[in-house]
Amino acid sequence: MMKPGTLILHVATRFLVPLQLLFSIFLLLRGHNEPGGGFIAGLVASGAFALYLFTFGAVMTRDLLRIDPRNLIGIGLFLGMISIFPAWFQGEAFLTSQWWPVALPGGNEIKLSTPLIFDIGVYFTVFGSVMLMLVALTETEER
Amino acid sequence: MQLSVLVIYLLAALTPWLYSKHQARTANILALLPAGLTLWFASHIPLIASGGILVHEYAWIPGLDISLTMVLDGLSLMFALLICGIGTFILIYAGSYLQGHKDLPRFLVVLLSFMASMLGLVLADNLITLFVFWELTSITSYMLIGFKHESAEARKAALQGLIVTVGGGLALLAGLIMLAGAGGSYSLQEIFNSSEVLSEHPLYVGMMICLLLGAFTKSAQFPFHFWLPNAMAAPTPVSAYLHSATMVKAGIYLMARLYPELGGTDFWINTLTSFGALTMLTGAFMAIRSTDLKKLLAYSTVMALGTLTLLLGLSTELAMMAFAAYLLAHSLYKGALFMLAGIVDHETGTRDVTQLGGLRKLMPVTAICTLIAAFSLAGLPPMFGFVAKELLLESLLAGPVGLLIILMVITSAIFVVIVAAVIALRPFFGRFVPQARTIHEAPKLMLAGPVVLTALSLFAGLLPGLTGQFITLPASMAVAGQPIDGYLSLWHGINLPLLLSIVSLAAGYALFRKWDTLRDSLRILNPIIERGPEAGYFRFMQGIVLVSEWQTRLLQNGSMRNYLRTIILTLVGVTGYALLWRYQVHWNWDVSVYLHEIVLVLILVSAAAAVCITGSRLGAVATMGAVGFSVALIFILFSAPDLGITQILVETLTVILLVLVLFRLPGFSSTSTPAERGRDAFVAILTGTLMTLLIMITIDVQIFPSISDYMIENSQPLAYGRNIVNVILVDYRALDTLGEIFVLALAALGVYAMIKFRPETEPGGNHYAGTLILPPKQVPEKHIVLSLDERKQLREEKKKADRLKAEAKAAAEKAEAEANELRVQTSEEAPPASTDESNLDKGTDSASDDQANKGGQ
Repeated sequence: MMKPGTLILHVATRFLVPLQLLFSIFLLLRGHNEPGGGFIAGLVASGAFALYLFTFGAVMTRDLLRIDPRNLIGIGLFLGMISIFPAWFQGEAFLTSQWWPVALPGGNEIKLSTPLIFDIGVYFTVFGSVMLMLVALTETEER
Repeated sequence: MQLSVLVIYLLAALTPWLYSKHQARTANILALLPAGLTLWFASHIPLIASGGILVHEYAWIPGLDISLTMVLDGLSLMFALLICGIGTFILIYAGSYLQGHKDLPRFLVVLLSFMASMLGLVLADNLITLFVFWELTSITSYMLIGFKHESAEARKAALQGLIVTVGGGLALLAGLIMLAGAGGSYSLQEIFNSSEVLSEHPLYVGMMICLLLGAFTKSAQFPFHFWLPNAMAAPTPVSAYLHSATMVKAGIYLMARLYPELGGTDFWINTLTSFGALTMLTGAFMAIRSTDLKKLLAYSTVMALGTLTLLLGLSTELAMMAFAAYLLAHSLYKGALFMLAGIVDHETGTRDVTQLGGLRKLMPVTAICTLIAAFSLAGLPPMFGFVAKELLLESLLAGPVGLLIILMVITSAIFVVIVAAVIALRPFFGRFVPQARTIHEAPKLMLAGPVVLTALSLFAGLLPGLTGQFITLPASMAVAGQPIDGYLSLWHGINLPLLLSIVSLAAGYALFRKWDTLRDSLRILNPIIERGPEAGYFRFMQGIVLVSEWQTRLLQNGSMRNYLRTIILTLVGVTGYALLWRYQVHWNWDVSVYLHEIVLVLILVSAAAAVCITGSRLGAVATMGAVGFSVALIFILFSAPDLGITQILVETLTVILLVLVLFRLPGFSSTSTPAERGRDAFVAILTGTLMTLLIMITIDVQIFPSISDYMIENSQPLAYGRNIVNVILVDYRALDTLGEIFVLALAALGVYAMIKFRPETEPGGNHYAGTLILPPKQVPEKHIVLSLDERKQLREEKKKADRLKAEAKAAAEKAEAEANELRVQTSEEAPPASTDESNLDKGTDSASDDQANKGGQ
């Protein structure tokens, strides 16, 4: 399926993948106010790597990922879990959202919060899950 | 008190670390904790003896009315002392019994956890907490009994114990909930203090049956007694602990604990006395059939448990005094005897009393301890067992029971004397039987437990007044729920109980002299015993295996279409029923639509139709994609951008995934008949209709006020987000999302496992069914569980064999007839038809041999 030497695809992929990944992070961060969020962003990121996977194959994709998709899932679930506890330490019910606004130079402020951590957890879980399936399928295909 | 339980669990958790530091000494270090706790509990003896109780309150889950409140009264105190006191010596004993065993740390962890669970059980005031500890003892004892997990026998015994006790535990939970409902509280104290008369409650009998099922299974009452002797597969320290003071006494404890609330009725008296007496007799009878030291002790434990149940059933003050005394006496001597049996086993390598003899010179301390402890078992003065037995007989004669039960008790008393004599005299006296290894006295650490316990047994017997005042009488009062005016003494004067004792002792000793012949003659009864409750257990387990296999075949048959059909039809049935009977659908055709919407819907519908009739897989994937993207467009048109984006992304990735698996799939072919396709189409149309109706009704009927208003109002001020969908996902309903990402992760791992780890053997062969549950050798062939496949195969083979036989017979007849004809015609010798016949017979024989082999596997 993966034909070597399709020049246009190779070149396009090299440009598209970083853009798509940037876009996924953009979607992740704007999710609280505009359409977006961890789930969608995770899917976009997987889409980026799927493109890379189709172009360069499973081995190179694994190299690019650096982290095993299973560990990505682990990271995601871990982030999801730890976002539970800050509320608990405050004596509130589990998962009550906590906000820590940080003032940035220039009059802006960035709102750090447990929902953000949670959303990043969702992002990694979705990303890892899709990548796990895609890479595994492609690897058996290539063997 | 909460701390006392928790600290043991904590220590259990630390054990592996301690073991890595101190190796063989670990057990002795661990024993310091229960020893300390024993002293702590003992320091409360004066308070409890003067009639006080100690209550430590602690809320656990207040919302569910569950607390960790613990109460120390006479009964709990006696149990706590036994659990910690005997536990101390068991730990020391185990450290030396299992010295060098690779799994010793694990053993100590489980043993400590068990100890903590048992302690929690006897201290708990809340019914649910009590139940939790109850189940914890079941689980930890499962691990203890199955400690030698490499032996199939131990695994089976452990599983049997677990299934029986946990099955009873289920009934117990139901009973406890009923009790709490009737008593108005989950707290035992409150139920006891409330004015409700539970015995007149309409649920009384049901409640009692459930509670007693729990207690009877745990305490190995007839007909559930079989698991206890099988649990002897455990290492001896476990048997000594579980069967002397703890596990099996939990059921007894529960009955004693509930006696003030539920006891004293006719139902209580009749059930408990009859089951108790029956268990007594069964245990005593089975004991004298055995030659294995541990089996002898195990069955005598069954007998003792029966006695305790019987005493609780008698419901008199005297019986309660006897109950507490008997419990204490039994725990002391049984713990010692088990450990001593373990020593004999450890030193000689056998537990078969017929293979032992004359050990007294080689193991003097063991011999003396065994003798003294067995005195207590037989009820000889001046042991505490004697005090208990006198009380037992006295309360029995004064109690509300018939002659039959009295006779049963006296018979078992005679049998127990035999058991005691066998244990004490056979291994140590008589002619020396040479053993394979050189025998010497056990190490001091192993002897510590038995020596102390026998000494206690002796002192308690010599000073019954003190023991009674400080230990057993407070316990009796706690059971009776009212003050008891009485005292324990060794000498009651010459009365009927004493005479009965003497008679039973004499008869027991006389029978002991003829024990070998007695055992032989009892073999006649073996067929009856084999058909006892244990066979029932196996038949029950077999039934479970067959039923589960049948329902697996029915529901989990591996056909995707079947699953879908089942799920969808259930959905249609349940939802459709509610829809049709509860709501009316209003047809509202008055809707204004734009042209582009109609076009979109047309594309959607035609794409969906194309999926159904397309002849190529790639075509199906493409048209599915068209359906998905159309749906996404609809989402976007109706201003749900988040959903739209998600739908598009999911569609894209689905197509990618499908393309990846496309080439791995077998060729595209139709595997179903037109009739099946018609049926599937019908199901599909039904679902579509249902969904349409459902949507129309949701638009039409508004049962609850829409939640979206709240979300819209509060999304910005409370959650600082304008995108409500995302706020719901990560804030309002974050718990749901958390669950979903776990599901997603699991699904991905499942796919990964399916792709990466191919099964090495072909699936479908179910040869494991029942192997865990059924015993390996003693099951008759007809009891062996065969899978449905095997049964079918067997049936077919049998049919084939029958047919062959019939054919052979027909052929033989024909041949014979021909031969006759020939003979008539030519008067020559008959052709060798008979040899043919025998050959054919042989053929069928070997076929049936094959069958037998199959069954044997």
